[in-house]
Amino acid sequence: MSGRVYSCTTLHAAAERFEKDLPFQIAIIDLEDGRRLTARITGPSVKIGDAVKLVDERDGVSIFTRQTDAATGN
Amino acid sequence: MKPVAIVGVGKTAFGAFADKSILDLAVEAGRKCLENARAAPEQVEAFYLGNFAGPSFVGQNHLAPYVGAALGIEGAPCTRFEAACASSGSAFFHAFSAVAGGVYEMVLVAGVEKMTSQPTARVTEILASAGDLGGEVKAGATFPSMFAMIARRHMHEFGTRREHLAAVAVKNHANGAKNPDAHMRKTITLEQALAGRMIADPLTIYDCSLVSDGAAAVLLCAAERAGEFTTKPIRVLGVAQASDRLALAEKKDITTFPALRRAAAKAYQMARLEPREIDLAELHDCFTIAEIIAMEDLGFVPRGEGGPAVASGFSALSGEKPINTSGGLKTKGHPVGATGVGQLCDLALQLRCEAGERQVARASVGLAQNLGGSGATCVVTILGR
Repeated sequence: MSGRVYSCTTLHAAAERFEKDLPFQIAIIDLEDGRRLTARITGPSVKIGDAVKLVDERDGVSIFTRQTDAATGN
Repeated sequence: MKPVAIVGVGKTAFGAFADKSILDLAVEAGRKCLENARAAPEQVEAFYLGNFAGPSFVGQNHLAPYVGAALGIEGAPCTRFEAACASSGSAFFHAFSAVAGGVYEMVLVAGVEKMTSQPTARVTEILASAGDLGGEVKAGATFPSMFAMIARRHMHEFGTRREHLAAVAVKNHANGAKNPDAHMRKTITLEQALAGRMIADPLTIYDCSLVSDGAAAVLLCAAERAGEFTTKPIRVLGVAQASDRLALAEKKDITTFPALRRAAAKAYQMARLEPREIDLAELHDCFTIAEIIAMEDLGFVPRGEGGPAVASGFSALSGEKPINTSGGLKTKGHPVGATGVGQLCDLALQLRCEAGERQVARASVGLAQNLGGSGATCVVTILGR
């Protein structure tokens, strides 16, 4: 599953149960099939428009990472 | 529909009050409001109380009759309304509907929240429960992070800059410094706002509203009876509530709030007024970006131009359309369940020319906008003198 970052942010403050993960990045991702979801980002941080792919799913949360963009080579 | 007026207002100061319980706060605001209207509790036919998370913050449920009885409102129906940060805006909308529809002639509407007895991470968690627990919240999203993603997208699409967000904070701090009831009374510089501790990029601590305790109340009355209570009735010219989906990812475009636009369109239509005819507004600046988007969604400025408008002084106390003369949620404080009615109290003070140092010269028609969650509830109210 892959898609593009619609928006994203890095959190420096979190709810109690996620404080151990700080800082972490979340993103709203436009999937290729037209769906949109909120996911965690792992690896290098992403920005709007970046291509991302699903690498894991933990406790019902999709985890995406940046994908090398074939179009731009970035 | 019968014309409806606000005949009394009452507020506690907003702040951190370790020695005041949720009941103390709500009763203080309710009493002040009844005294302000020289009304007796026996005259209140129904009590509508907005509260977001009393059960989570302080463990108390069944709040409305708890507060109602303490106010001396015996036997009348007392009901709590929950719509996240728009809880008391929603209570006001429903109370208005009941009076306008002729069900009651006198309704007390209040809002209360007691937040500061919990540590910040716990407050963040409780507030996040107004988002979609099955999706975004499970991924770790908090409200600051949701509005950070909204801000990022707004910056991407319209060229809004961090300086524009910071200009909202600087303006609201300047206004709040003139408000004796504000939680934080200090001015800040643009440099300070930009150098603030990052919470969720691009939002710093200065882009986020405060965690506060507080309560506010207004007394609604059939307009034909307003003269029994006050020489300065405030007319409710228009009010509407609209809803949307909870999850940010379920929205097509996160740089606008469809529920805000729908509620605004209805309220303007009801009041037979255009955006340019609004003299001043209290907008829901839970985060600086929210004030910018609200300006756009309310038609005060074209889409994408909210940021530059704030930076140009358009919405300053002495500007063309003063916004958040109270200091807004940013500095007045944001006891979430009290915020909607609190905004109406602040507008009413301006319309009665009782706003002291922050009084604006032209205050005939004011608008208040109260947002719940990341936009799943919105209430827009237009008041006139």
